[in-house]
Amino acid sequence: MILSGHDLTIGYGDRVVGRHLDVALSTGEVLALLGPNGGGKTTLLKTLLGLLAPQSGEVRLGDRPLNGYSSRERARLLAYVPQSHVVIFAFTVETVVLMGRTAHGNLFSRPTAADRAIAARMLERFGIAHLRERPYTMISGGERQLVLLARALAQEPQFIVLDEPTASLDFGNQGKVMREIRTLAASGHGVLFTTHDPNHAMRAADRAYLLREGVRIGEGITGAILGRLQLEALYGAPVELISDTNNGRTAFLPG
Amino acid sequence: MGRSYGLLIAFAVLIAGLLLAFTVGRYPVSLGDLLHLVIAKLTGRSPDVPAAVQNVIWLVRGPRVLAAALVGAALAVAGTAFQGLFRNPLVSPDLLGASSGAALGAVLGIYFSLGVLEIEALAFAGGLVAVGAVYLIGSAMSPRDPVLVLVLTGVVIGALLGAGVGLLKYMADPYNQLPAMTFWLLGSLAATNVTDLVPLFGPVALGTLVLLALRWRMNVMALPDEEARALGVPTTALRIAIVAAATLVTSASVATAGIVGWVGLVVPHIARTLVGPDFARLIPAAALLGGGFLLLIDTLARTMTATEIPLGILTALVGTPFFIWLLASVSKTWA
Repeated sequence: MILSGHDLTIGYGDRVVGRHLDVALSTGEVLALLGPNGGGKTTLLKTLLGLLAPQSGEVRLGDRPLNGYSSRERARLLAYVPQSHVVIFAFTVETVVLMGRTAHGNLFSRPTAADRAIAARMLERFGIAHLRERPYTMISGGERQLVLLARALAQEPQFIVLDEPTASLDFGNQGKVMREIRTLAASGHGVLFTTHDPNHAMRAADRAYLLREGVRIGEGITGAILGRLQLEALYGAPVELISDTNNGRTAFLPG
Repeated sequence: MGRSYGLLIAFAVLIAGLLLAFTVGRYPVSLGDLLHLVIAKLTGRSPDVPAAVQNVIWLVRGPRVLAAALVGAALAVAGTAFQGLFRNPLVSPDLLGASSGAALGAVLGIYFSLGVLEIEALAFAGGLVAVGAVYLIGSAMSPRDPVLVLVLTGVVIGALLGAGVGLLKYMADPYNQLPAMTFWLLGSLAATNVTDLVPLFGPVALGTLVLLALRWRMNVMALPDEEARALGVPTTALRIAIVAAATLVTSASVATAGIVGWVGLVVPHIARTLVGPDFARLIPAAALLGGGFLLLIDTLARTMTATEIPLGILTALVGTPFFIWLLASVSKTWA
């Protein structure tokens, strides 16, 4: 299955944030969206999720335009992992994960025993089963990010879209989320994520999409597209390249 | 707190409120007589209780007790729904103008010296029209944050309606109309009779059933709008349904009892500390507690002094210290 945007003009109301954007993501593949602040990453993300209508152009999911799906149908194929945030009411971690099952029931239904089993499995998968009864408001930012990932997987989607999944995480949890993204792709999910760290794209993504001031300035296999010159052009700032001569792996530092 | 016991506690509060409201008053009724009467009624036997007691229970206190329980439950349920919908624990059912619209309707009715039923009908319609107007104006702006704009529109329209009420009070006959308006605006169940119960029960039951049916979606609606949509919830349609149901419930109770503040703000908090934020348990708990709370308040209103004390004054007098205690002692469990 393919999630794609064709000649998209994106923005809010009268404000155009990006033009002539083409993007495609297949199941089993990880695409990283990189670019400076205010460059249109989040807007493109929301447009591809169907949360924001494109001003022109079309988003397609499989063989149909995305706006032809009902919100329930869409939520069973596309899951969204927002940046970790605080909610007002102290729902338990289990309840938050169960919210991922909403699209699998009808308007009046409550989560079933089967839904609970799926939620339990997802909590287990991310190693947070012990938090099940804890209020979502009283766990750490890293734990919250994992809960939101578990909720997205509970939707049993084909595609998972993550908005800066590593932004609020400590070093260890960043690695954990990177590994999870690879696992998701290996199990057949299409994954799209935004990040401020090119190293995360190198580590977890197959391809990278470079967005600056609403314009795509590059796209391709991470190893090929993520070089010092491209990143300097993308961020308009010097970048240093570090290589490990033992294994040939490279990393970038802001210069 | 043990959340499975929460609903039991809420139920016990309602029962205590009912017993208190039926037995306490200028004509005290013993608990034994009350139980006798109820059992006799249920089994169809003729009760072995003085006729005066029967009259007090069925004709004098009965309608008022039922009305108090219904109004309290209605305001608490509507407050619970609005606090979830607006993701703000400081919201009460009059946020979108249900109470101020009803107030203008009722004051208008009193100003034109209409009958009691017409005044109640105007109050009911006023609440619905006010919230409808707020909703239409708010969504006509097609904002990025629909919830915030709705709240702001509600505040603005509420102020306008308040000005209308003020103008009518200013123009009203100070000897006949003004006291009636003031009395109505402070809330009372003193004039409740059997004929009030049907127009109260119908809308309250309907609105509460709709909210109960949507209980799981209401949990999801407490998330930011885009997140709820990404989870497959049609938020615009659901918001209309929840606002309509909560407004129906609020308008019906305001039409019967006048403006009774605090219940819709405080009771949802108490319910949340008892059973947690999941609407499946929160709505029933709020209904039971709200009913029990207003029964207690109404019993105080008619027994504390020789003349009746308006409900709105007592709910604030009792509600405020209780709310402060609640904030100080258990705030961490719901914020």
